[in-house]
This record gives sequence, structure tokens and C-alpha cells, in this order.
Amino acid sequence: MRRQAGTRTVMVRVLGRFGGMLLVVCGAATAGFIALRLIPGDPVDVMLGVNARVSESVRDQIRADWGLDQPPVVQYFAYLSQLVTGQLESYQLRQPITEVIGTQALPTLQLTSLALLFAVLLAVTGALLARGKHARSAISLLELFVVSSPTFWIGLVLLAVFAFQLGWFPVASSQGFASLVLPALTLALPIAGIISQVLRQGLDAAAAQPFATTARSRGISHSRLVLRHTLRHASGDTLTLTGYLVGSLLGGAVLVETVFARQGLGQVAVRAILGRDIPVVLGIIVLAATVFAVVNLIVDLAYERIDPRLRTAVTA
Amino acid sequence: MSTLTATRQATAWRAAPVGVIAASLFLLLIITAAITPTLFSMYDPLKADAAASLQPPSAEHWFGTDQAGRDVFARVVHGARYSLVVGFGATLLALMVGIIIGVIAGSAPRAVDSVLSRVIEIVMAFPEFLLALVVIAVIGAGETSLLIAVSVAAIPAYARVARAQTLLVRRSGYVRAATALGVPRFRSTIRHIVPNALGPLLVMGTIGVGTAIVAAAGLSFLGMGPQPPTPEWGLILSDGRNFLATAWWIAVFPGVAITATVIATSTVGRFLRQRGQS
Repeated sequence: MRRQAGTRTVMVRVLGRFGGMLLVVCGAATAGFIALRLIPGDPVDVMLGVNARVSESVRDQIRADWGLDQPPVVQYFAYLSQLVTGQLESYQLRQPITEVIGTQALPTLQLTSLALLFAVLLAVTGALLARGKHARSAISLLELFVVSSPTFWIGLVLLAVFAFQLGWFPVASSQGFASLVLPALTLALPIAGIISQVLRQGLDAAAAQPFATTARSRGISHSRLVLRHTLRHASGDTLTLTGYLVGSLLGGAVLVETVFARQGLGQVAVRAILGRDIPVVLGIIVLAATVFAVVNLIVDLAYERIDPRLRTAVTA
Repeated sequence: MSTLTATRQATAWRAAPVGVIAASLFLLLIITAAITPTLFSMYDPLKADAAASLQPPSAEHWFGTDQAGRDVFARVVHGARYSLVVGFGATLLALMVGIIIGVIAGSAPRAVDSVLSRVIEIVMAFPEFLLALVVIAVIGAGETSLLIAVSVAAIPAYARVARAQTLLVRRSGYVRAATALGVPRFRSTIRHIVPNALGPLLVMGTIGVGTAIVAAAGLSFLGMGPQPPTPEWGLILSDGRNFLATAWWIAVFPGVAITATVIATSTVGRFLRQRGQS
């Protein structure tokens, strides 16, 4: 009985989140379309490049081919259906955007997932080490430093030290795990700083509770107290924050891929933005919105797994 | 009441930790560099000197020289202006637009409020940097675009806080008293609600300046802001990227400048926030 009610609330929540996700994606797609129309200048110019000399009749032909001579409302619905079926084409590459993005998604996925793993590991390590006054102030200083530094600068420094001076990692390559370590670390550090700050606050709050005192009076060690008891209490807020930060990993990937000259969605995005290739930009926006919504849904569901108090609160 | 507040403020000022004082002094230094860069460096940030290219830091060139023989210290000092203008300008712009949207949402009928809140929520689903990139994609690259993009990306957060503050202040006794006395709504919004909702937003803005500086440096690193040979911090870093193997100083020092500026603004911002809470 209780279980059923729990399942139903989860279903309702998943559906609600799904609705919200559709709203975000639709909103992003519509805003993208408006942006497409707002762009000063002729899209045909963007397609042909600045230096092209083409007669007016050819321009008209291109316009007709791309449906740019139709009324805006017709264009909007044509655009939406192209977006849904994945047939929206890049202005510059003359390929469907699903192909453009699909072929470059894997390197970025590898980079961001490893970065997320690094960030969580670093944050938890920091929280475990932050014991005693000196360690605490050292770690909070470190946090302030990585949070305040521009991601791409951290990347440049790591590159200068570990790739050029020490030669531990390859300088610029998209192949193999070794080439992934420095970029992932670069992307992870600022996020690790933020997660670590929130995690420590949560751990301190949990450590002040009676159950922590009881555990300590049993003679439990600090790391065991954190790993077995307070970490679970602190992980709720931390998890929500981490879900929120996954989105910013994608933004950071744009910079990190440029610093390390790696293939990936970031490079696709930079090229599309500088070349005003709006369909591709749009595809990336929709992808980012989808990733954000899915990750936050997972976080919400995981939250209940970690904190049983929430489960009873929901079903009661 | 007022004496109590005054005393509390006085103690808070006296209790300003060393870090906060150092941060304020550093900010003052950066602001001076932005206004009169020639005070700090006699070198021209744009003058190339092929004979002196890629020299390591020395007594003559504190931060070394770049590939064209330009003094990196002079370039960093002159770059303060660009970063501060974008950092403060974009934050100010975002604050103003955010307050207008937030106050309208917070005092408008429920239908308007929920539409605005929903829009803010949707926009906030995108990370700030991605949002700034999208704005650049629409309006094109350039110095002004950079400021607008960084500003637009920050608006939703300010609008959300401004809305929450408006809802809070609107319920207070003095606003209701003003309404009862027949003060027109618009006037009461301008005279009572906005000034009283401002506090937390200004503190948020102080911390936001740092975020704006980092975002602007990132965008211009990608080539979406000012063009070379402008001595802008992000641009110098992107120059330095190509000489990392032989001349680390080109890429390291502008980054130190950005980081130090951001740490200084956020230290001051956090201090102000703490003081506002206690």
C-alpha cells in the first residue's frame, strides 16, 4: 500500500518534470527561432560566406530552397518539425545538425563525465582532510582560489607545468586516456571548489548533531564518521548543487576544448557562434536544456534514495 | 534603535578582518590602474620591439615580454580598464534590468508574475556562460556585444532575487501604510519598495562583478570580444597559449591578475553579505 503510493508520487513527479523539460526545450527552441529572425543581415550571406559574389537569382533560389521566402509562421512550424525529426541543417556544413552534433558528442561526454568524477572525488577528499584549524583554512583558501580563477587559465597553467615542463601528459591530442586527464582536471577544479564548500557546510551541520556525538563517543575515527554517517546527511544539498553544475560543465567544456585543442561539442559551438551558424547553435541549446532537465530529474529521484526521511514525508 | 544600529555598524567596521582590508586596497589599486595605467608602467602596451621578444621576467620587464617584444606588465596594467569596465558595467546593467523585471513580477497581478517567473526559470536552466555564448551568436562578436552578453547572462539571477525581495517588502507595514494613506502604487514602488529591496541585490552584485570579469575574459579568450592587439586579459591569455612551451609568463600573469581581482571582489562581497545578515 505504502509502496504503491510512493511509486505513484514518483510517477507524478517524473511526469511533472518531463512537462517542465518539454517547456524548457520548447522555450529554448522558440527563443532560438526568434533569434534566427532577429539576426541582422541575410542568412544567405552567412551560408555563402562574406566574400561570395553570387547573382540575385541564385540568392532567390537558395532562399526558396531553405524556405526563407515563406511567411514567418509557416517557417516556424517547418522549423519545429525539422527540429523534431532532426533534419534541421547547418548553414555552413550543409549537414543535418544531428549529424554535426552526434559525431562530436562522444569526446565531450568523456571529458565532462571524467571531470564530474574528478570534481566529486576532489570535493570529498577535501572534506575528509579539512580537520583542525590549519587544514580548514588551507582548504578554504584553496577553494576560494579555484572558484575565482578562470577555468581556461587553470588549464593553461596545468598545460605549462605538467605537459611542457614535466612532460607527464601529452600536449595536445584527442586520443587515449592520458590526453583526457589534464582537460578533465581543469574542468573539474572550479566545480570541485563549489561542491566542496557546500559539502563542508553540510558536514559541519551534521557533525553538530547528537548522533555524531554518540558515534564519536564510541571511539569512531574522523574519516569513518564522515564516510559512514555525516556524508550521507550532507550529500542531499550537495547532490542538488552538483546536478545544477552539470549544466555549467558544458559551458566550461567550450573553453577547455579550446585550451587543449580537443575535438568536441565545444569546438562545434565556437565555430558555429563565430560563423553565425544558428541552426547548430540551436541544436546545442536544445541539447543543453535536455541534459539539464534529465540530470536534475535523476538527482531528484536519487535524493529520496539517500535520505529516507524524505520518502516517509512524501508517502505520509 | 538608531544608535544601536550605528554602534553595531561601527563594531562591524572595526572588526573588518585583515583579508577584507587587503582586498579593498587591492581593488583600489586595480581601479587606479584602470583610470591612469601610465602611473604604473612607462612602457607602451602596443609598441612592438622585435629585439626584445619573449624575454623572461626581469628587473626591466617585470612580467617579461611577449612574442612581439611588448611589455607584459604594461599590457596587464592597461588591461585592467577593459576587465573592470565589463565587470562593473555588465553587473550594473544586469542589476538594473533585473530589478525592473523582478519588481514588475513581484508587484504585478498573479498572471503576469507567473509568466515572468516561468520565463526566468527557463532561462536559469542554462549555465551563465552558455547563455552569454548564445547572446554573442545572435548579436555578433565585439567589445559592446561582450558587455551585453555577460550582462544578459546575469539578469535572471538578479530578477529572481528582486522579485523575492519585492514580495517581502510589499507586505511590510510602511508600504501598507503608504497605500492606506493614498500614495499611488507607482510612487510607492519607486519611493518605498525599490530602495528597501535593494540591499541584498547590491551585495549580490558585488560578488557578481567577479563572475562577470571571469565570463568576459573567457569570451574574449575565445575571440568573441575585443580583437588583437587590444591589451585585454583574456586576449593576452589566448596569445600566451601559443607560447606556453617557451614563454610561460605571457599566459600566467594576466591569469593571476584576473584571479586576484575576482578574489578581492568576492572577499569584499562576502564581507558585506555577512554584515548584512548579522
